[in-house]
Amino acid sequence: MTELHKSGAAVGEVVDASPAPTAFLEVRDLKVHFPTDDGVVKSVDGLNFQLERGRTLGIVGESGSGKSVTSLGIMGLHTAGQYGKRRARISGEIWLDGTELLSADPDHVRKLRGREMAMIFQDPLSALHPYYTIGHQIVEAYRVHHDVDKKTARRRAVEMLDRVGIPQPDKRVDSYPHEFSGGMRQRAMIAMSLVNNPELLIADEPTTALDVTVQAQILDLIRDLQKEFGSAVIIITHDLGVVAELADDILVMYGGRCVERGPAEKVFYEPRHPYTWGLLGSMPRLDREQTDRLIPVKGSPPSLINLPSGCAFNPRCPYADVPKDNVTRTVRPELQEVGGRHWAACHMTQEQRERIWTEEIAPKL
Amino acid sequence: MLAYLIRRLFAAVVMLVVIIVVVFGIFFLVPKWAGVDPAAAFVGKQADPAAVEAVREKLGLGDPIFVQVWEFFKGIFAGRTYAAGGDVTHCAAPCFGYSFRSEQAIWPVLTDRFPVTLGLALGAAILWLLFGVAAGVLSALKRGSLWDRGAMVVALAGVSLPIYFTGLLSLAIFSYGLGWIDAQYVPLSDSFTGWLGGMILPWITLAFLYAAMYARITRATMLEILGEDYIRTARAKGLREPVVIGKHAMRSTMTPILTMLGMDLGALIGGAILTETTFSLPGLGQAVLTAIRNQDLPIILGVTLITSLAVIVANLLVDILYAVIDPRVRLA
Repeated sequence: MTELHKSGAAVGEVVDASPAPTAFLEVRDLKVHFPTDDGVVKSVDGLNFQLERGRTLGIVGESGSGKSVTSLGIMGLHTAGQYGKRRARISGEIWLDGTELLSADPDHVRKLRGREMAMIFQDPLSALHPYYTIGHQIVEAYRVHHDVDKKTARRRAVEMLDRVGIPQPDKRVDSYPHEFSGGMRQRAMIAMSLVNNPELLIADEPTTALDVTVQAQILDLIRDLQKEFGSAVIIITHDLGVVAELADDILVMYGGRCVERGPAEKVFYEPRHPYTWGLLGSMPRLDREQTDRLIPVKGSPPSLINLPSGCAFNPRCPYADVPKDNVTRTVRPELQEVGGRHWAACHMTQEQRERIWTEEIAPKL
Repeated sequence: MLAYLIRRLFAAVVMLVVIIVVVFGIFFLVPKWAGVDPAAAFVGKQADPAAVEAVREKLGLGDPIFVQVWEFFKGIFAGRTYAAGGDVTHCAAPCFGYSFRSEQAIWPVLTDRFPVTLGLALGAAILWLLFGVAAGVLSALKRGSLWDRGAMVVALAGVSLPIYFTGLLSLAIFSYGLGWIDAQYVPLSDSFTGWLGGMILPWITLAFLYAAMYARITRATMLEILGEDYIRTARAKGLREPVVIGKHAMRSTMTPILTMLGMDLGALIGGAILTETTFSLPGLGQAVLTAIRNQDLPIILGVTLITSLAVIVANLLVDILYAVIDPRVRLA
């Protein structure tokens, strides 16, 4: 483990060998592999990041880049209730407030779930149990972690529904999920996640299943609640607009690894990885001429069973031949510091990247 | 919820009336088309034509079909009077007519035999629900394990082996071979232990077949439910695994099981012909088998109606339970 850990630690990474991290949440060399009939799917393959209380980290990437797998890994949901050979193999370290979760007793992690760390899911209609009332589900979430009677818990549920902006919460608490609109359901889901004042909130594509008009309201709500509760937030999305709205830091994932990480404004205005350029280029913007075409990332996401050798992005990268000696196809690039608290995993030199960004990419965006 | 109940109840009553009319129509029209005279069938071979005519008049077999249906329908709810000249017989409600063979009233035959079949069906249902659902849930949770494979092989055997095979085998082993059980039917009113002894093998045999089906459907449903997002949510809340499975997953798994139970129980109450014949249980199934052999139309008709009633009532109960379990159904 330590061997893996050392070799996985990249140049300039804030990963040191001391097992007492100062950060509230620290993920070290996280690997989540799923054995399948076709081979091992390496959904997350060596991920490192830190997150402080009161800060928001946006994890961005396309489908299958390992975003959701990472969040479920932190919550311990890959192994909870899973039996048999198909169970995910997880290695690395996840430190939450001084406790390492992967080596901790599963029942201890269960007690942290919902209380210390909570999650908001993508589609609130399928994430809420259709047969139980909203109130019942919130009360249940509260009473797992608090030894209170049903009346007290119900009052708490009504209070939370009120806080997330559900009108007539004392009546709506007895409604079933199908009696709520999509936005209301997501509000209820948020109320349920926050009922125990968790210090870490993971929002996995919280607005993807919602109306555009409702999306902004939900994002505002998450931001307000974060200020109020001072929790650390991880927001997972493929929508850069969402991240721009909320995140302090951005982590861009590709093929199960981090390709670029840094403060939000740096990643947005001085991105240093061709994949990030592609993501920015494929985002529609109102301030761009309508005649301009979007610049898509060509090709499709890599197979996580058989990642391309060298840089996983090389088959889709327009600049794969810029570095010399075919190095992009043989050597996997590690994260390098490209500015203050800003890392990118690319073989191009700093000068090459800056030149391509300023001359070729930025003018088109 | 009340509106839903009333709607369901109303639908059930309408269904019952339609079934009575249609079934009666079929049973008294078909012999006509086949060139068989029910009156002659009643009297028997080489009958005196005068006797045949007397029967025809008394049973009203010469009347138009609508009149016959109406008389039959009236007989069930209000009783009816058969009259031919001075020969008058009153048949009190509920009147299903008289057997062609024994000339007994049908209703007492049905009420005599119904408890046997009901006891058989309910007892077996309790067994197969307990074992079938438990085996299915365990298989789903330990998918791919030795237990799962073993249970599914046994389930496949249960589905494939016919009752008369498993039934006779169990009789051969436990009753004749080991002599543990005296497989003789004793009415419940005579002796509880005797009744239990007579029913235990039929229960197990019947339950084996159904438990196998229920185990398979439970396993499949449970596996599907375990992949649902709301199960992940339940775990994300920090609920214990037994609560996640026993409460959140089980409630959703119950719906298809209930649907099956309604239909199976209804059909079985109409007579478990194979089981009753194998174990010589004097239930509806045995009665209807004898009636078919003797072309005893009124008994077949009576049992058919009882079966329909049982299916309708069972499904009504299932519909109500469904609404209790799934709030979305109440809107439908």
